[in-house]
Amino acid sequence: MIQLVFEQALNGLQFGLMLFLLAAGLTLVFGIMDCINLAHGSLYMVGAYFVAAAAQATDSFWIGLAVGVAATALVGLALELTLFRRLYRRDHLSQVLATFALVLIANEAVRVVWGAQPVLLNPPESLAGPVEFGLFGETFFYPAYRLLIIAFGLAVALGLYLLVARSRVGMWVRAGAANREITEALGVDVQALFTAVFVAGAGLCALAGGLLGPLLAVQVGMGESVLILAFVVIIIGGIGSIRGALVGSLIVGVCDTLGRALLPTLLRALVPADAASTLGPALASILIYVLMAGILFFRPQGLFPARA
Amino acid sequence: MGFYQPAPYQKAAARLLLAALVALPFALEAAGQGFYIGLVSRIMIFALAATSLNLVLGFGGLFSLGHAAFFGAGAYASAILMAAGVGEAFVAWPAVMAAAGLLALAVGAISLRTRGVYFIMITLAFAQMVYYLFVSARAWGGDDGLPLAGRASLAGLGLGGDRAFYFVVLGCLALTLFGLGRLAQARFGRVVQAIRENEARMEALGYPVFRYRLACFALGGALAGLAGALLANLTGLASPSLLQWTQSGTLLVMVIIGGVGTLYGGVVGAVVLLLLEEALAGLTLHWHIGLGGLLLVIVLFAPRGIAALFGGRRG
Repeated sequence: MIQLVFEQALNGLQFGLMLFLLAAGLTLVFGIMDCINLAHGSLYMVGAYFVAAAAQATDSFWIGLAVGVAATALVGLALELTLFRRLYRRDHLSQVLATFALVLIANEAVRVVWGAQPVLLNPPESLAGPVEFGLFGETFFYPAYRLLIIAFGLAVALGLYLLVARSRVGMWVRAGAANREITEALGVDVQALFTAVFVAGAGLCALAGGLLGPLLAVQVGMGESVLILAFVVIIIGGIGSIRGALVGSLIVGVCDTLGRALLPTLLRALVPADAASTLGPALASILIYVLMAGILFFRPQGLFPARA
Repeated sequence: MGFYQPAPYQKAAARLLLAALVALPFALEAAGQGFYIGLVSRIMIFALAATSLNLVLGFGGLFSLGHAAFFGAGAYASAILMAAGVGEAFVAWPAVMAAAGLLALAVGAISLRTRGVYFIMITLAFAQMVYYLFVSARAWGGDDGLPLAGRASLAGLGLGGDRAFYFVVLGCLALTLFGLGRLAQARFGRVVQAIRENEARMEALGYPVFRYRLACFALGGALAGLAGALLANLTGLASPSLLQWTQSGTLLVMVIIGGVGTLYGGVVGAVVLLLLEEALAGLTLHWHIGLGGLLLVIVLFAPRGIAALFGGRRG
């Protein structure tokens, strides 16, 4: 039992960190430009496909990852210059409609290029096996690749946090999220800042997509489920707050993973087995939404609102 | 946006359209194209669903991205009632509307505490929650959806025939549009629209803003539930795809291209989008790309919707 809990807690941490990579870009785009981007999940999907294709072509996961991230960042740049630049002065309706159109186009374009079947993305061979380590006097096995994702996620999260919380550019970003007009009046080029944030967000999407690719299937529609999770994260954390995104991601990642793994088992101890087997998965799948509703009921602006 | 006011020619146009729709199935059958009766029924059902969203979005000013939850819940509720042996529409459909309305009431009570982008995302998240709930409930068919044993009957009359069902759908749509047209000009409609225009002023005048909004949201949910029940009866299946967030997006697209806050916006949007789907799907397998491109063009160049191009004067 303790082995299961420990393993699932690590899985939750890993999932939460990947969610953070997505939510970080999304929350800043929301926060700074008040712009809704439903296509953020599509960037994640396109990124995963780019990484898979580049990894196949070069026979190296790492080169594939780098190429895929760069390519997705370029796609993000193109989108920002041609479309988003026109969108963020418009109302939310136009933004939702336009980015919904992008989702339709992206899904279909991927289907045209790569087909409807999931694409295979293999983890680097040196990390394919499990790692063995002892804890609480017991021996645990945990996949090396998942450990690498955790390390990667922690490093990126820390870097991003330092960049946003400690650097001058980060200060501009935070100021832009808190109040765009005043930041502009103080001489910061918010337009260029936003372009940079959008491109970086696209790159982070591809990074998450590429790293998760070997664990999940790289397929059409993979972006949508994760997009809504990222929404939940930034609602919980507070829009425009990078700290909120980090805390929200970890909460959502750990709760979702632990809930799915442990709730059915826990319920079996409380109610009859057949009721538990119906109720368990249903409860586990809505756990984070209940959590979100609860948090919003007490803090309608999320845990760390950027606009005071 | 000002208060809703029907255009001078609107009543006459609506009567003409109604007469044409009454005659349509007979004309189609005479021409040997009876297949299209089902298609037109489907379009009218989506028109009803889009109209219910337009009540929430256009008149209430509440940007909900989770309307599919009520649409799909209506479909499931009618399938569940059918499985329980309640096949009488006069009993089942009001119950379905009550269930969908109550769900909307619960979702609205929490969501309406938030504003702006938060509201959009929280309604989306609640819809997703409803989706996962139905998909993971094996008793209700899980991923496969819940099939209906047959169509409902209306006051004992079977609705198995496509033409009979068509007229029921037409009746529901016509009654809804008539009712909403009256409601928009009645006290409730005026207050809701005034809240959309200036919330602070209505609050200061002593109107219970939250309660009016919640009532509007719940009414929209109930009507969407009716549309869901009709669709489940038409296709014989309450499918989880009705609950998917893309369904909310599709309804939203209908309302936006039809015209937000116009009485017939949802109808225009449903007709345009579904006919476009039929036409594009006949041309290419990858018609989503064309549809997406067209939506982008509409956003960038016709932001007030197609209905706005033809007027619908606002006072």
